[in-house]
Amino acid sequence: MSTTTSAAAAAPTVTAAAAATPAKPKLKTSAMIASFADPGQKTASAPFGHALVKAAQENDRIVGLTADLGKYTDMHIFAKAFPERFFQMGMAEQLLFGAAAGLAETGLVPFASTYSVFAARRAYDFLCLDAAEPNLNVNIVGGLPGLTTGYGPSHQATEDMAIFRGMPNLTIVDPCDSIDIEQAVPQLAASDGPTYLRLLRGNVPTVLDEYGYTFELGKAKVLRGGNDVVFISSGLMTMRALQAAKALAAHNVDVAVVHTPTIKPFDAATVLAEINTDRLAVTLENHSVVGGLFETVASAVVTAGVGKRVVPVALPDQFLDAGALPTLHDRYGLAVDRIVAKVLAELG
Amino acid sequence: MTITHESNTESAMPAGIVQDRLAHVSAAAYRIRHHALNMGEVQGQGYVGQALGAADMLATVYGDQLRFRAEDPHWEARDRFLLSTGHYAIGHYAALAEAGILPVQELETYGSDDSRLPMSGMSTYTPGMEISGGSLGHGLTIAVGMALGLRHQGSSARVFNFLSDGELDEGSTWEAAMGAHHHQLGNLTAMVDINALQADGKTDTVLRTEPVTEKWESFGWYTQRVDGNDVGALLAAFDNAAAQAAAVGRPSVILCDTKVGRGVPLLEEREKAHFMRIDEHEWQVCREQLTAGYEGKASA
Repeated sequence: MSTTTSAAAAAPTVTAAAAATPAKPKLKTSAMIASFADPGQKTASAPFGHALVKAAQENDRIVGLTADLGKYTDMHIFAKAFPERFFQMGMAEQLLFGAAAGLAETGLVPFASTYSVFAARRAYDFLCLDAAEPNLNVNIVGGLPGLTTGYGPSHQATEDMAIFRGMPNLTIVDPCDSIDIEQAVPQLAASDGPTYLRLLRGNVPTVLDEYGYTFELGKAKVLRGGNDVVFISSGLMTMRALQAAKALAAHNVDVAVVHTPTIKPFDAATVLAEINTDRLAVTLENHSVVGGLFETVASAVVTAGVGKRVVPVALPDQFLDAGALPTLHDRYGLAVDRIVAKVLAELG
Repeated sequence: MTITHESNTESAMPAGIVQDRLAHVSAAAYRIRHHALNMGEVQGQGYVGQALGAADMLATVYGDQLRFRAEDPHWEARDRFLLSTGHYAIGHYAALAEAGILPVQELETYGSDDSRLPMSGMSTYTPGMEISGGSLGHGLTIAVGMALGLRHQGSSARVFNFLSDGELDEGSTWEAAMGAHHHQLGNLTAMVDINALQADGKTDTVLRTEPVTEKWESFGWYTQRVDGNDVGALLAAFDNAAAQAAAVGRPSVILCDTKVGRGVPLLEEREKAHFMRIDEHEWQVCREQLTAGYEGKASA
């Protein structure tokens, strides 16, 4: 306490000193909600919120809930459009998902949003027993999946898929961009059981429109072909995979990209057909190397008896640093340059 | 008749609890206890003590308060009864049989392989079981959602959540208590079995939950505390709660002080245990004591 007091007292002196000296280099700082869009990239604003409004216009059973994070999960768009169909549950995640199950029990189709860390770590028991066991149409919307905030382990859901993959009945969707989100929302509402959407919020890149792509729940899609390497990717790492594929072309490396936005149930048939070739196989995910896309693919490969090495691009099995998102994506290997370097090293 | 506490309210106590309601519910409670002893005997053990303690609460709800159709457990306009305390399923199955939702003869399958009546209640197994309880502290959160959902759809159905005093240890119960008040869920009634006992011992030695009445009052609920083994008091309290019920209004809680093993002196006097062991020869003694007590009271 005394440190704080003396620091505050000293503050005017420091300010005066700073004014007299040359400006320091601008520091890269962390932000709770950091955008991973590249400068100048085409984006769509709050695609989840607008998609939910659109779905709700066609389906009057859709309702929205949040645990004091409406503005930060784009749920505020829905709340504004349908105030009578929006329920603020307060900062109480166990209540959020227990109540979502209760709403579903009465025939409604709830979308309940919070951050992924709170859904996966804090409210698991409620999702598991109240929504998944009775196979209710409860749609979990988790913000800040994987490494999409610089706030450190309290907010970085680096193991959310590892936690959720073990839950029977749960569908898991890891969208790449605004197209995925817009098309996934009505399909999640229409599917019977519980779902988990790894939400990308705010200004979300629009990427997949260039690939003649449509989102189909439970399906992987080949976005581009290539003779030397095959990328199997989900979430925002599909955007990075596409960028890395373009960069690798300059090195005369021909890369195919397969996007698997549905992690569970997993489209093993499509992925295995692409993996079971002579090409270098690489998985790319915005998640821990433990329990996410890499292990989903590895499990499918081994189960099918395919003898094939798979190289993971994923977050390390550790609690990550706080910091600026670009710094962290570079540090932990999610940045395009790091992917390119890794592939070139693998190819020797 | 003892209602030891009642929140300030303008609604007067309903005029006298008529004798036939009292007799009807008391008879239902007797049969629920009898069923529970039979189920316990098949298992050789079980949560008989809790079932006996809560039988009057269950009988009051199923015998007097709940709107349901025995032949159509999913009838849309039914009142919902949510058993949060999954291990009380033995008592709930007995109440469902008493209500005609389950055949009485099915009760003997309780806890057996492939039975629809597992030891801990699950909605996916049993007609009339609205939720899968057992992981304690869930029921009231689901009840909040159901009450919101029913009101949203214009239903006048009420939601009853049965929970135990042990579940007051769980933070989620209080999240839900706040949420119910915030959303003014006047269609929600919680009933808390306060038997002062939980898995590791007496509640006041495990985690002190008292003062329970003041807690619910301060959370904004219409709060009554009654002798949960006094059918007359229970009827009066549920009538008060029903008079309070509204689409938008204060949620209601009935705190019921009960006695584990109630109705069977042999078990009432036994050292209290969460999972009561009863010797093979004792089951018949229990039934005889139960019947003697009931008939003695009925003729008194």
